[in-house]
Order: sequence, then C-alpha cells, then structure tokens
Amino acid sequence: MRLLEPELLIDLNGLAELTGIDETAGGLRLGALTRHAELSRSPLVARLAPLLARAAPHIAHAAIRNRGTLGGSLGHADPAAELPACAVALDALLHIQGPKGTRRIAARDFFTGVFSTALIPGEIIVAIEVPKPAPGTLPLFAELARRQGDYAIAGIAGTARLEAGLLREARLVFFGIGDRPVEAPQAAAALVGRQPEKVDAAVAALARDLDPTADLNASAAMKRQLAGVLLGRALGGLMVQAA
Amino acid sequence: MSETIAITLTINGESVARDVEPRQNLVDFLRDTLGLTGTRWSCEHGVCGACTLRVNGALTRGCLVFAVQLDGAAVETIEGATQSGSIADLQQEFHRRNAVQCGFCSAGMLLTADTLLREKSDPSREEIRDFISGNYCRCTGYQAIVDAVESVAARRKGGKPKTGKP
Amino acid sequence: MSNPLSFLDRPNSYIGKSVPRPNAKRLLAGRGLYVDDIRLPRLLHLAFVRCPFAHARLKSIDVAAASRAPGVARVFTAKDLAGHYTPWVGVLTHLKGLKSPPQHPLVIEMATWQGEPVAAIAAESRAQAEDAAALVAIDWEPLPPITDMEASLASGATPIHAAMGDNLAFTRNIEAGEVDAAFARAAHIVEEEYSFGRHTGVCPEPRSILADYDASEPRLTVHYSNQAPHMMKEIFARHFGVPEAALRVICNDVGGSYGIKIHVYPDDMTTVLASILLGRPVKFVADRLESFTSDIHAREHRVKARLAVAASGEILAFAIDDLTGIGPYSTYPRTSAVEGNQVVNLVGSWYRAKNYRARLRVAFQNKPPTTQYRAVGHPIAVAVTEALVDRAAEALDLDPAELRRRNLIPDDAYPWTTASGMRFEKLSHQAALEKLLKLMDYDGLRREQAALRKKGVHRGIGLACFVEVTNPGPAFYGIGGAPISAQDGATIRLDPGGSVTVAMSVTEQGQGTEAMVAQIAASALGLALDKVRVVTGDTERTPYGGGTWASRGAGIGGEATLQAAQALKGQILDLAGAMLQTPAAALDLAEGWVVDAAGQRRIALDEVGRAAYFRGDTLPPGVQPEMVATRHYLPRLYPFAFTNGIQACHLELDVETGFIRLLKHWVVEDCGRVINPMLVDEQIRGGVVQGLGGALFEECVYDAAGQLLNGNLADYLVPMAAEMPDIAVAHIETPTLESTLGAKGAGEAGTGGAPAAALNALNDALRPFKVRVNAQPLTPRRILAALGKA
Repeated sequence: MRLLEPELLIDLNGLAELTGIDETAGGLRLGALTRHAELSRSPLVARLAPLLARAAPHIAHAAIRNRGTLGGSLGHADPAAELPACAVALDALLHIQGPKGTRRIAARDFFTGVFSTALIPGEIIVAIEVPKPAPGTLPLFAELARRQGDYAIAGIAGTARLEAGLLREARLVFFGIGDRPVEAPQAAAALVGRQPEKVDAAVAALARDLDPTADLNASAAMKRQLAGVLLGRALGGLMVQAA
Repeated sequence: MSETIAITLTINGESVARDVEPRQNLVDFLRDTLGLTGTRWSCEHGVCGACTLRVNGALTRGCLVFAVQLDGAAVETIEGATQSGSIADLQQEFHRRNAVQCGFCSAGMLLTADTLLREKSDPSREEIRDFISGNYCRCTGYQAIVDAVESVAARRKGGKPKTGKP
Repeated sequence: MSNPLSFLDRPNSYIGKSVPRPNAKRLLAGRGLYVDDIRLPRLLHLAFVRCPFAHARLKSIDVAAASRAPGVARVFTAKDLAGHYTPWVGVLTHLKGLKSPPQHPLVIEMATWQGEPVAAIAAESRAQAEDAAALVAIDWEPLPPITDMEASLASGATPIHAAMGDNLAFTRNIEAGEVDAAFARAAHIVEEEYSFGRHTGVCPEPRSILADYDASEPRLTVHYSNQAPHMMKEIFARHFGVPEAALRVICNDVGGSYGIKIHVYPDDMTTVLASILLGRPVKFVADRLESFTSDIHAREHRVKARLAVAASGEILAFAIDDLTGIGPYSTYPRTSAVEGNQVVNLVGSWYRAKNYRARLRVAFQNKPPTTQYRAVGHPIAVAVTEALVDRAAEALDLDPAELRRRNLIPDDAYPWTTASGMRFEKLSHQAALEKLLKLMDYDGLRREQAALRKKGVHRGIGLACFVEVTNPGPAFYGIGGAPISAQDGATIRLDPGGSVTVAMSVTEQGQGTEAMVAQIAASALGLALDKVRVVTGDTERTPYGGGTWASRGAGIGGEATLQAAQALKGQILDLAGAMLQTPAAALDLAEGWVVDAAGQRRIALDEVGRAAYFRGDTLPPGVQPEMVATRHYLPRLYPFAFTNGIQACHLELDVETGFIRLLKHWVVEDCGRVINPMLVDEQIRGGVVQGLGGALFEECVYDAAGQLLNGNLADYLVPMAAEMPDIAVAHIETPTLESTLGAKGAGEAGTGGAPAAALNALNDALRPFKVRVNAQPLTPRRILAALGKA
C-alpha cells in the first residue's frame, strides 16, 4: 500500500547483542529487540520495572506483541504509544549506536515530536537501561482507548512511592495528549505528602503541566478532562497494589 | 526492483526452499508463491487479524513479516493445523454453533482461539473476548465465537460445556 | 399428492431445526474459494491511480513511463476505453425527478470524489502494477469541493455537474392526514435534530473481481465477489456489448458483502474492459486503503423531526425533514435515492398515528458515492422514530414501554396501510413488546437503574420497535427499469443414487442460504440432509434470479425451493406409482423411501432413480421419466413482506470520560416461518453488532477539503469482540400467507434497530443530567461535550 517505500530493508532480528533482559549493578538492561510479550512474562521486569509489565498488555494484541519490540516502539515515537511514556517515567537511558560510535540519551531528551526522536541518520537503539527503583516504588498506569489494544486517547504512566499511606515521590508522564510524552511535575509535586485518593490539588495542577493538542478523537479540553480522570484512577490503582 | 534472496523454511512441517523478493510479506509468499490460500489478508497493516498464523510457535501477523526474514523459521498455517488435527475440536464447535459465516476471518480466529486455550485452560468470557479482540469479524457479532471457545475450553479441561445451547 | 403444508410437521422435517450449515466446514479448514484464491494462466493484476482530490479537473495524464515499467502489459486511461462501453446512469423511472449524470469507468475530465479511478495498470503482479502506477504523471487542477450537504443545496451553490443544474438529486414529499391540526392540538410537541455519520461496510474480503475474456468464442467469464451474478451479467451485456449468451458470472465464496457488493463500481467495470481489450484474465482486488475511499459509503443523514402527542399518550403525528448526501452520483443500477425513500416511507409506520409529513432531499456532494448498505434507511428511520417516542414519554412522565404499548398498531388490526402507503399484512408488535420486557426483566433493570443512580453509576435502557422490509416485489426496482429481478428459481434434480441437487438463484455470502435451501428440499422430499447438494452463484448453473438483497433469500428462494421440491416429489411418486401399480396419491416420501399410506416402505428412492435413468425398459408403456423440476417464485400480493421486532440496549455510561460500556442487548424478532433458528439468531446478532458499529464507533471523517482523514483500520473503528455485548434473541412467528412456506426475511433487522436502541439507552443514561446526544456515532467526545466537560 506504499505507506513506506524504503530503498533498503535491514533485518535486525538476527543480532543477538540487541536481545536479552539482564539485571545489572545499576538496575535493568533490556535489549532493543525485547518483545512486548517478553515484558509481560519476564520475572526481572516484574521486579525491577513493573511499569513495563503493566503497560505491555495494552499494546495492540498478542500477535503484535510477539514481534513488536521495545526499541522499535521507542524509535517510532508515536505520541499515543505506551512505552515511550514508560521510558520517560522510569528515567530510562537509551544506548544508541551509530557510524560515529555509541552514546547514551536520557528518555526525557529522546522524544522530540510526532514520530521524531533524537536519533541521527544511521543510528539505532541497541539497549534501554532502567535504573533500580527505590524500595517501595509502585507502578502507575491507566489508559483510555475506545477498544482493547487501540492507541490511547489519553494515558498515564508513572511511578509512586508510598510511606505510611502517604505519597512520598511521584513521577507522572502522560501520553496521547501531546506530540510526545508529557511530564507533569507540578501535579506530581502536589501529590507529595498526601494520601493517594486526595487528588484534587494534583488534578488542578495538571492545568499548569499540560497543554494538550486536539486530535480526531478529542478536543484539547477533553484531553484535559481525561488526564485528570486518569490521574485519579491510576492513583486508585496504586491503593489496590499497596494493599 | 529488487533481486531475490534464497530462503529455506519449514511450512506446516515441510521444508520449503524458494527465492523471494525482500518486499514480499509472508501472507503473499504463502498465497501467491506456495498456493497456500487458507491464510487471508484483509488490511495489510496488522489490525484486522485475518492473516494471523504461527511463526516459531508464536501467534504472528503474516502481513507484518517479510518472507525473507524467516529463513530457518517454522510457520504453521490453517492448512497445517487442520491436517494435524490440533484444532479439530474448535473447528467442530465453530461449525456446530455457526461461529463461521463468510469464513474470511476464520483461519485467524481459529489459530488465535487455539493459542488462548493453550495459554489459559479456563478463560472467562471476558478473557476470551479480550484475546480475540484483535480478530475482526463482521458477520457473527462475536458471541457464537465466544460460546464456541468457551465450550471447547471446558472440554479440553475435561469438564462439560458451560453455555446452555446443546 | 400429500397436503403441501404437512411437510412442516413431519417427524423428520428440518424446518425449524438448528442444523449446522452443510458446506461450511471447508471454510474452517482454509478451503474457502474467494476470488483472490483463483489462479488462471496469463493472469494480470490491476492497480489503479485514483484522484487524490475531492474535486479536480484532469488537465493532462502521461502514462509513457508507466507503460514501460517492468511487468506491465498495458496502461488504460479513459481514452483507451472510449467506444468500448456505454455509460451508466443511476436513475429509475419510478423515482420521479431523480437525476444523475452518466458514469464512466475512468475519469475523462472531471473527478468528483477522492478515490475516483483515473488510470488502470495491468501487470504481471499487483506489486509491479503499483510500481508502475507511481510513474503515471498527472496534472490535476484542484477545484473547490462541496462536502457539506446543506452547502450543496444552498442557493447559489455551484452545481457539481453543470448539466444537472443544481445539486438536488431527488426530492419527495409525503403529506398524510391532518398534520398541522394534529400539532395544533398536541399537549406536547417534541422537536429534535438527529444526525448520522457517513460510514462504510468494511467487508473482511475486500471487493474482488477477476474477468476472463476469451476472444476466440467469444466468452466472458467473470469471477466476482458479489451478491447478484445474474444482475451483473445483464449489466455487462448491456454496457459492454458482449452477447448475453457469451457471458458467465460466478460468485463462489464471498467474504462478507452486506450490500456493499451489489452496486456497479467504476473500477470493477474497468477490470472487465481491460480483460476484453487484452484478451487475458485480469484481476482487481481492492486493498484496504482503497476500500475506504472507493467502496460505497452509507447513511449520511441529517433529520429534523417533530412528534405531536396528546395528554392521553396518543401519538398524533410525525413530521420529518431528511437531508442525505450521496456523493456526486446516484449509484447504478439501484440508485442512491432508495435509502432516503425508505426513511420517509418508514418513520413512525409501526404506530397508529396516521398524520404524517415528510420531506426528503437527496444532495450531491464531493465525497464517495453513497447508497444501499445493510438495512437501507431503517437505522435512520427507526432511530428517529424511537428517539422521538422516548422524548414524548419523558414529556408525559410515562414509562417508554408504556407509551409504546399505547401506540403500537394492535396485533389484531391487520391488514394495515401506513400513512406513507406501506401495506402490512400482519405484524406482532404488541406481542413482541411484552415478550421483550419479560425476556430482559425490564422492571428489574429499571429498579436497578434507580438504585445505582443514587451511587453515581449511570446506566441506560433503550427500547427500539421496528419493522423491516423483506421479500420485495418488482415494484421496488424492476418497475423503474432496473435489471433487478424480484423473482428467484430453484431447479431440483434426483440423481440415480437417491440424492438430489438443487440449483438455486439466491446466493450465499455466509448467511446460510445453502443450508436453508437444503433443509427445505430435504424436508419436502423426506431425505436426510446429507443427501442434498445445493449449487448457487453461477449464472450458467442456476436458474435466473435476483440473488441476495433486501432479506429475500428464505422468503423467495426458499419458496421456490419448496415448490420445486414438491413438483419433483410429484414426479417421483407418479413414477413410483406406475412402477408399483399404485395410485400416486396413496404414496409419500419418508427417510429416502417411497412409502404407502400406512407408512410402509415400498421402494427406495435410489431404486426409483435407477429405474428412471437406466431401466426405462422396465417402465410401463408411454412413461417418460423425468426426475427434475423447476419452479420460480415472485411475490405478487404485497410489495414487501414486512417483518417486525423490538430491541433493547442496556449500557453503562462513564460520565467522567464519556465512555460507554455495553452490558447486554436483546432482540425479539418476527420473521415469519423460521427455517433454521440458529442461522436467524446469528444473522440478528451479526446485524446488531454491525448496527452498533455505526451507532458508536464508525464514521468516515473528512476535512473541509474533502480529504478522508481516517481511512485505515487503526483510525476507522470497527466493532471488535471486547466491546460488544452478548445478545439474547427470541422469536415470534407470524408466517406470511402469501407463500406456502410463510417465511419472511431476517438478514437486516439487527442492523435496522440496534442504533436506535443504543441512542435511546445513552439518552436514558443522560436523563439526570438533562442533556442529550443526537449525533451518531455516539462518541465520548460528543458525550463529554453534551455534559459540558469537553
């Protein structure tokens, strides 16, 4: 159908160095060829980056998840995709390799626009490094899509740490509402020291963090509305996990 | 215009060696080159599920892999699954409950349902609907398919079918 | 000859039995034969260059580079086809005033819809054809498109076709009873505007055609994913000058059609012409992206509607103004006016009110051609009617079921003629209502709804009564000059081994036509089902008939089968009687045997068969054995065999996000005599989900320049399994007395009523908020906007 007409097709699937999920001193290293299905199954991911395991079942359907890859999703940089937002929320570091050698790019610096990244021609993602989470860190995830597996109309990926029933740290990243994953630091700050169900201040703070773009599915105002709802529901999910 | 590349792979247990153009996807390779027309295409962008088959045992969209990528791989199509008898119970139940009408989605639907039952022996109706939610059917409205899968799940597990319909 | 009605009650009758379809197992084994599966020697593949603009003038086209591309046999443009066809015009004489310009296979100068084909490349593979298509150089002059229906009819609007004078393709007015007086005396007047988004069929198997012209005979064979092979044969004969006797159209397995595959398409016609001109087989299969822009679209309406109701709850009048946009042409041969015509014919028609005013305007616009798709007009008519009734109930503070109870045509009031002139033989609206309310535990759901509302959980219950047009007679199309046959035929033949073959002119797309025919034949002849072989879909092998459309397979094809089977039975018993020296009237058929009045087996059917075919020497003098009978059936008494039913939708609305969760759906359906309950249930279920798709998810979204924004399956949302509810189906059987079988149709009822039920359920859920959504699809965006949250 000519949606893409590359002159050269390079199959990366045989490159063993792009595979593997390994625990490192600093945390977790995932090869770029890690399949979405592996994210759901891996005990290492469950322990060291459970946000990825929470997000993966929302990606399309089983047949896609068997072949779609973490590196591929990050490199494709669809603003409505789950994994780029998760990478930002986890403070992931992308290991890049190109003709001029290797470099590292922080996830929060990697996504530059719709289907745009900091990669320069000739570079590929080879691995993603996720720092070891602080003890007690829990994943936050919620998305709204018209149908199971669709790209999100709006979604939230993040982490939070609870101590004695109060939020100590939160990291919130929204997807589907802008041209790239959007962090919500003011909303996150407004959560600190509060119980997870007391979200009103955080939802109000979202108005300062987010400036959503309208699309086929939602106006900017609707995206704002949905972001607030998602924040409340993701935090509600936190309570269930912590219990 | 691209040159061809030689591949050797296993299709339904048989070794197949062919020269393929890099741009030819697996579905077209099966249908046009090998005459295995049981796998269908309907969208060619991975959404509808009509082309769903197995590559190295894993459920895969035939429209989203190129044949040239599958040198050394093992592919299972509806023809192979039928011949082996591994989905005979699903085929029988689909037939009995009219979970097939025009038949165009059926190959992908059957292999997907079989995969679910291999991974989960007692799926709820909601879990069945979720798992087949990547397979587009326009004719049945899905309920008969869910009934059929639920019924087969019970039988594979050794119990009795749950739904009341005989 | 035994009583023709008694076969229904026989112990081994298949009538009313839910038998699995013969001839469907192979579909589950990957052995279906669809057009794209067919391989022929020297087959060429077509790819099209299509106009990227909604409106443009073709200034120049250069195919030199494309013609030289590898694998290319020929490139066709309009000038290559000129003189080899006659253009077609989508008008019918009985739709007075309907106008439409002639249509051509490829753009000559003016392109009036995005996706209109302008060049065709025939090459050895589809990929090579597409490679060459990229080399066609076209100079387009984009012109201002008119996409909005209102704008196209506004005074001063530029006509899309200068020769048509304006953009009003068709208009019709109905005035019945005393409408103004009714509104004047009403206690309440409901006034609403409803809109319905343009959407499309999304057939799993895309449109596919393989034309094979053999110049030596000449002989043209067309393998077509289509519902009406005889009609298409007639059209090819008329427009390509190929003699009727040299034409054959074959419809094997069809991967879903739903009305999409019964219209004449310019790219299909180009494919046939390409084969004629090249003398080689040529195949065209639309890919999904081109399906979205080149399949017919459907259901773009804006309806202004009013209802007048008395304080007693008696509905006094309906008044509607329906504006529908059909793209730049009325389609051929069925026209694009029928959809709107059905809307104005049907609104309000199942209620007693006889005061009715309707205005229909059908407008040209620069969007893809738009015409009949499953349930034609009913989704709009039922949604408008039933939404008005719910509003009236609200105004009167009456339960919506009670208001319907007071106003539905009573079950003993038939025959009935509606305000719009539709004739109902006998319907069962009242019985269906009561059956539904019980089936769904309506009162229980209402109590639960009230309790949950207090907890901030918002559920909605929506009812939708409806009628469905089925078994149409010749006054629907044939009267207007269309080569559309309202009759169908069955030829049934006994073979020497005791089995029968039925050649049937109604066709199969998965609904179970072949099963239904087999069940009738087997029952009439006292045979086991596996002794019956059914042949459909081949103009050379079946009687002449209309094929599949307007839910007529069982009612018309089934009746022809029954009559043919009874005629064959007569032949068999006559011969058996002669062989047994017993009057035929004293004999019958059961379980593959000729039996006597006491049920004793006298002679096996295969023995009769062998005698007839091989042992004429043993037969009495003068006996000429003939074991084959043909009967055709045409409905003569009623223009349509209307059916009726009622649906209910139960949903939960998330008022924070605007998302709807469908909890359950119910249908009570009266389609007359049911041959196979399972097949009918599954038609209903599939139809409901298809209707829910248009109501909640599906819309072809255009920008102001007439560019389709969501023409792929990621952005155009078809219903998938996770969001769809279980659907309970129950039946009432009011046979039509016009035929022996008494069967009416059931294929479209699910789609006709489901959007109305969903619309009413949503607005029922929204009642505490005092807002409504009247625009389909009912998206979260529209819902949140109504709630003031977006």
